[in-house]
Amino acid sequence: MQDWKLSRRAFAVIAAAPIAWLLLFFVVPMAIVWGYSFGRNSGLTTIELTGTISNYARALEPLYLGIFFKSVLVAALTTAIYFVIGFPVAMAIAFSTERWKAWLLLLIMLPFWTNLLIRTYALLSLLGQRGFANAGLEWIWNGASAVSLALGFGAFDPFQPVPLLYNNFALILGLVYVHLPFMVLPLYAALDRLDKSLIEASLDLGAGHWKTITRIVIPLAMPGILSGLLITFVPALGAYLTPDLMGGTDSQMIANVIERQFKRANDWPFGAALSFVLMYATFILIALQAVRNKRSEART
Amino acid sequence: MDEIKITLGDLKSRRSILQGLGVAAVGISLAGLGACGKGGGDKGAAPGASAKIAPTGEEPKLNFYNWDTYIGETTLDDFKAASGTAVNMSLFATNDELFAKLRAGNPGFDVIVPSNDFVERMAPAGMIVPLDHKLIPNMKNIDPAFIDVAYDPGRKYSMPYTWLVLGIGYRKSKVKSVPDSWKPLFDSDEYKGRISLLSEAGDLFRLYGKYLGKSVNDLTPADIATIEKMMIKQKPFVKAFHEDNGQDLLGKGEVDLVLEYNGDIAQLMTEDDDVDFVVPKEGSQLNSDTLCIPKGAPHPKNAHAFINYLLDAEVGKKITETILYPTPNAAAKALMPAEYKNNPVIFPPAAAMAKCEYAKFRPDMQPLYEEAFTRVRAS
Repeated sequence: MQDWKLSRRAFAVIAAAPIAWLLLFFVVPMAIVWGYSFGRNSGLTTIELTGTISNYARALEPLYLGIFFKSVLVAALTTAIYFVIGFPVAMAIAFSTERWKAWLLLLIMLPFWTNLLIRTYALLSLLGQRGFANAGLEWIWNGASAVSLALGFGAFDPFQPVPLLYNNFALILGLVYVHLPFMVLPLYAALDRLDKSLIEASLDLGAGHWKTITRIVIPLAMPGILSGLLITFVPALGAYLTPDLMGGTDSQMIANVIERQFKRANDWPFGAALSFVLMYATFILIALQAVRNKRSEART
Repeated sequence: MDEIKITLGDLKSRRSILQGLGVAAVGISLAGLGACGKGGGDKGAAPGASAKIAPTGEEPKLNFYNWDTYIGETTLDDFKAASGTAVNMSLFATNDELFAKLRAGNPGFDVIVPSNDFVERMAPAGMIVPLDHKLIPNMKNIDPAFIDVAYDPGRKYSMPYTWLVLGIGYRKSKVKSVPDSWKPLFDSDEYKGRISLLSEAGDLFRLYGKYLGKSVNDLTPADIATIEKMMIKQKPFVKAFHEDNGQDLLGKGEVDLVLEYNGDIAQLMTEDDDVDFVVPKEGSQLNSDTLCIPKGAPHPKNAHAFINYLLDAEVGKKITETILYPTPNAAAKALMPAEYKNNPVIFPPAAAMAKCEYAKFRPDMQPLYEEAFTRVRAS
């Protein structure tokens, strides 16, 4: 690949538009919010930029740190589940025939064509007390009860709907459901590029399937795995719709708290400080990933 | 004059047929009528829902920022037929969303529908402009009890559109007795896992205050600490903190008791016989949604004409038939059937209402409510 430094003018022409775009619609608004985080409310609609760090001091109080910690935990657990589910799916797609690949990828992409809110509402009606999931369970329960009665063991107690919504289980399930494609696609890209002959060699030389996966496939696909983890962890960390709609009374995540500062509490400076604490954490993660990439490049 | 009256009466009885024939026909026949009606003065038959409205001289457009399901089915089309002004309606879900959108300047709305406490908040901040009462003659239709209200004395900035009261919506077959107290919601495990509370921090703290026998406007930081402890104790028995969709949770059988507004439960009751609503005996909090004109509205004259139109008796009746909220419009209420006027959910008994209050906007307390509620949810 040609180094961009060799043709600076061409690079400048091509890059000018995206850089202007980035400046105007990302850097400038972000800078304003960043400025707010050092201000205080001087009236109902006015913010005075005083250079105070009291908003950050408040954001680092145990109450908010606890919510940060819980959000990280939820996002980490969700990401782990993405990986456990997403990796076999990506493997299956990567190793299927060309004809099937296109269809399987389409199946992964298809939910993206539907709005996130609508998908969440669909999940709500599926998991409710009188939703399809509980209706199915009830059918099985009643069937088992009838069999038990016929065999002379007596009928079961009446079916009690399983609480599938409005708790932390629902929160994790909702997040996994919504973001899974983000994990599958980078994993698929990494696995698809893999030199298949290495796998054959591993199997020929006597390694089992499990060993081949853990010693050959995973190390080779590591960059894809890491970007998949990062690309799913970050939106899960900032999720607010799913905890709002599917979570229970204690499923609040940091994004819900931030949202309330900008809306109900009308405390933009504090909301801005919370947002930036979250963003610093995200930047650190991305920086760590970049450093790792550089090291692995240096090694090869 | 006689001729005019006959035409008007004729028109009214044939309204539905005419509408079936197309809006254009209505528009033409009304154009002639409007001109005559003006000359005759407005002492005769009350101008119907579709009397012609004189052009305001502004471009025939209006941007209306409203709550969802909060207007009559044909109201906007009728207004267009009567005035030629096309209404572009956008929707908001919470007052905070409305406030956040207008905070940095009006993005082009002409009429907005904030609740009473936000009128109190937006008027001193200069975000809404004083109304010209001369352009809103239908103000006379408003029940006098709603004119001199604490949040907007003399209705300088706002016209009342609906009013509502918070209470308990419940499933009749799932409760032992009518839950006519806040206790089952706030301070008891009787219905554990079957209750859902509104996720508005301020409303929750104020209603807990009511339960403790205080006025919604007299809470102190010490009260917040007490109430916070009660909320944390009650939290395990609460299934969810809902946004403004408690009626859905009740309707789908997710919960059997919800903290909701009477109008929302009244809408649900038209589909579900097993649901009822009660204002707890300790009293509750009143709200009122109002029509206001934000600062910098591009079509202020159209906005006045539109507000005046919405306050018309016939128009108000049609809106009320759809949204089923209590109306402060006495003339519209008089036109409604008895099952609306005597509905104890829409108009709760006077004894219960006597203990209800409007919440004042208290900028000092709002952040405290929010932070305490964040602690409750994090606990």
